[in-house]
Amino acid sequence: MADAVVSRQAVLATEGLTKSFGGLTAVRDVSLSLHVHELHAVIGPNGAGKSTFVNLLSGQLLPSRGRILLEGRDISGTPAWRMAHLGIGRSFQRTNILKPLTVLENVRLATQAVHLPARSVLGAPKRQTALVETARRAIDRVGLGSAEHAVAGELSHGAQRQLEIAMTLAIDPKVLLLDEPLAGMGQEEGARMASLLKSLAKEHALLLIEHDMDFVFRVADRMTVLVEGAVLASGPPSEVRANAAVQTAYLGGHA
Amino acid sequence: MTEAVRMLPQSRTAWVALAAGAGVLAVLPWVVTPYYVGLLTTAMIGAMLALSLHLLVGATGLVSLGHGAFYGLAAYTVYLISPEGAPRPVWQTLPLAMLAAGLASLVVGALSLRTKGFFFLMVTLAFGQMIFFVFHDTKLGGGTDGAYLAKPLISAFGLTLEPQSLPRSQRAFPAYYVALTQLVATYLALAFLLGSLFGRVLEGIRVNEHRMVAMGFNTNRYKLAAFVIAGMLAGAAGHMWSLHSGFVNPELVGWHKSAEALLMILLGGIGSLAGAIAGAFAFYALGEVAQQVTERKLLVEGVVILCAVLFLRNGLMGIGSPRKRRPPQQAAVTGVPAAGKAGAHG
Amino acid sequence: MSPSAIRRSAMAGFLSQLLNGFQYGLLLFLIASGLTLIFGVLGIINLAHGSLFMIGAYVTFLVVKSTGSLWLALPVAIVSGLCLGVLLERFLFRRFYHREHLDQVLLTFALILIFEELRSLFVGNDFHAVPVPAALDFSVPITSGFSYAAYRFVVIAVCLALAAALFYWIERTRMGAVIRAAAEKPEMVDVLGIDARRVHLTVFAVGAALAMTAGALAAPLTAVYPNMGDGLLIISFVVVVIGGLGSVSGAFWSALLIGLIDTLGKAYGSTLAVGGIGGVLSAAASMSVYILMVVVLLFRPTGLFGGRT
Repeated sequence: MADAVVSRQAVLATEGLTKSFGGLTAVRDVSLSLHVHELHAVIGPNGAGKSTFVNLLSGQLLPSRGRILLEGRDISGTPAWRMAHLGIGRSFQRTNILKPLTVLENVRLATQAVHLPARSVLGAPKRQTALVETARRAIDRVGLGSAEHAVAGELSHGAQRQLEIAMTLAIDPKVLLLDEPLAGMGQEEGARMASLLKSLAKEHALLLIEHDMDFVFRVADRMTVLVEGAVLASGPPSEVRANAAVQTAYLGGHA
Repeated sequence: MTEAVRMLPQSRTAWVALAAGAGVLAVLPWVVTPYYVGLLTTAMIGAMLALSLHLLVGATGLVSLGHGAFYGLAAYTVYLISPEGAPRPVWQTLPLAMLAAGLASLVVGALSLRTKGFFFLMVTLAFGQMIFFVFHDTKLGGGTDGAYLAKPLISAFGLTLEPQSLPRSQRAFPAYYVALTQLVATYLALAFLLGSLFGRVLEGIRVNEHRMVAMGFNTNRYKLAAFVIAGMLAGAAGHMWSLHSGFVNPELVGWHKSAEALLMILLGGIGSLAGAIAGAFAFYALGEVAQQVTERKLLVEGVVILCAVLFLRNGLMGIGSPRKRRPPQQAAVTGVPAAGKAGAHG
Repeated sequence: MSPSAIRRSAMAGFLSQLLNGFQYGLLLFLIASGLTLIFGVLGIINLAHGSLFMIGAYVTFLVVKSTGSLWLALPVAIVSGLCLGVLLERFLFRRFYHREHLDQVLLTFALILIFEELRSLFVGNDFHAVPVPAALDFSVPITSGFSYAAYRFVVIAVCLALAAALFYWIERTRMGAVIRAAAEKPEMVDVLGIDARRVHLTVFAVGAALAMTAGALAAPLTAVYPNMGDGLLIISFVVVVIGGLGSVSGAFWSALLIGLIDTLGKAYGSTLAVGGIGGVLSAAASMSVYILMVVVLLFRPTGLFGGRT
């Protein structure tokens, strides 16, 4: 299994990625690779630099040092708004949707960002059936089909997290960067999200940050442990779980 | 289908009501005194300015305290190209006036849009003040006293409409009908713009710009486009002012003008285009009533504004509407409304 | 005139403008310090601050007219400033802490109109000179060619004293520490169990009193006239932005800087004509202050003199 993963080309890779804020180094020399059809989980204690790392990958922050490669091409320094066009979609830890708008409008906008040619920007939304079709497909994929016309701000927390994923899918992404997709979810909702993520991994490449250890060990193909901004261990879950350093630093002995 | 943008009339009845309003305006000059024809023209010009500001504030969430400067700059441009005694036709003055306003707003916008919230308010105020001092301190536009200009000639295909050739009671009509046409055209243009996919992006920016960026929109470009379009429309309004009054003075580019424009959209309701028009008319009606009833026009205006801000939070169009007004431009990463304390920026 | 006499005269003129700029800057500081605290701690954009300056000047005019004493006018201005500040906060501004900037701008704009009209109602629209007390109506000779008005020195002295008192209050007292904390992290005030209402009232009262005092001091220098607060209002915002929001020490240095630039620019720019257009340098001088503000806003929004009080 491990060999098969390594031989496939890395969709997204970082080489020595580093980010410092003044005297504080939040991400230190992180190199990892994400492959197609892989679910790669990044775990670590609070303050380990996980969110900073995702912000670097999605262009919200500029790296201090190191490179980001998309399918072998150096994309370091790409501004945040261009990332979606390159095929990198991202969801947020704290729900970051367009609350007064409907579910459909949220996802339709996400589609428009990437799929609408500039010359059509004065067109009427009603005429852009292609955008709506793509949006509907993404909404159905995450299981929100029945809530199309609901106002996003009035959805349940779990449904809002589903909406976040739908917005990421709307751009036909190569890579999905998901920041704690299970945050704040109950048992049932969490289980549903877990199976959704597993099925998404079969079609895209997923990199996600999570705190839910049960979920991560059950679902991830590969894991990377970040502690104080640096990689402590990286590999398939069984390897990581058995790693002594990881056990002491993070898993607290119970693995 | 997708949710219709709330800015625009929601139903057929609403469109009919608007058309009826335009119809009433078309007929009014024949039944009211020339004084009111002039007052209504002024109100319509105010409505044009308010509509242009609505594109910035109501649609995109950018609160600017320097918008009036583009309005006044356009009027001064007309003066500069057609000072007293040397009139030019409208088809020359209007494009030039709008071009001047557009260029100025391009420069101001490119710089100002790097800031947000309170800082954006201050930067736009600063640029407005700079434009103000150019016309206030120098003799370029007649200095503090202002100057008379030659009103643009309403002419096309070799024919010119001379207001002086009309009977006295109808001399204000040409300016009135030009203003009415321009107001309707401005409204329709903005309705089209806001109803388009471009308008949806502006709405998204107002609601949560940070997310819009993450989704893949180059929001700066959209905001700049909105800023320039709004500036050019303000310029068109300023041009109309020059046609109506024939006079320019620094007050046209002062920050009070910008505050007045903000006031008009607040009075009418920030949530809709029609609100901008309603607010402008309400503002001038208020001034008129105040003047008739008491000598203290500004006092009455001040008190009414005070009450409107305190109690009428959704403006006239929002009376009876339970919906809370959406806050303009949320602050970048945290999604906290811009009305936070200074400490928020560290 | 001999070359040395011309030089001395130009030097005297320059020193005079320098001191004027310094004095103007100090008055600006009184206004801007209140404004920066009100925005920094309360989050309120108060466009009516210039009106408070105007009210202070008119109060002084009325006191001098009825009692003939300028010395009385100062404490009257301070006390009525404190009272007015309390009233405004308690009945009006308290509701606006969580409102959008747009609402605050329009509310305070309405207040400007109301205050101006009330002033017009009670005192009329005439321009009134306010006489300098006889005891101070002389010029202090500094050098052999240059003397400066005694009253202006008094203004400078009073402003510096008030500035010192303000700094002491902010830096050394408990309330001052609370205010500094609140300017940095407004939530902290509630967490620490301090009565937020008292803090708000205090900040507003002190801010209003300072603005009115500035008006009282300025009255004999500028005379009182309609809309006299308008120009100072906008410049005060420039001072606040350049000094750093919420920072009283920042406001101090930036007020002096702006005061000097503005005064020197206007003094030397108003008479020269460039390219056949009169007043270009004067416009440039007026604009320079705003250009500086734009530069600061774009590159150092935390202010040139940064840091909290």
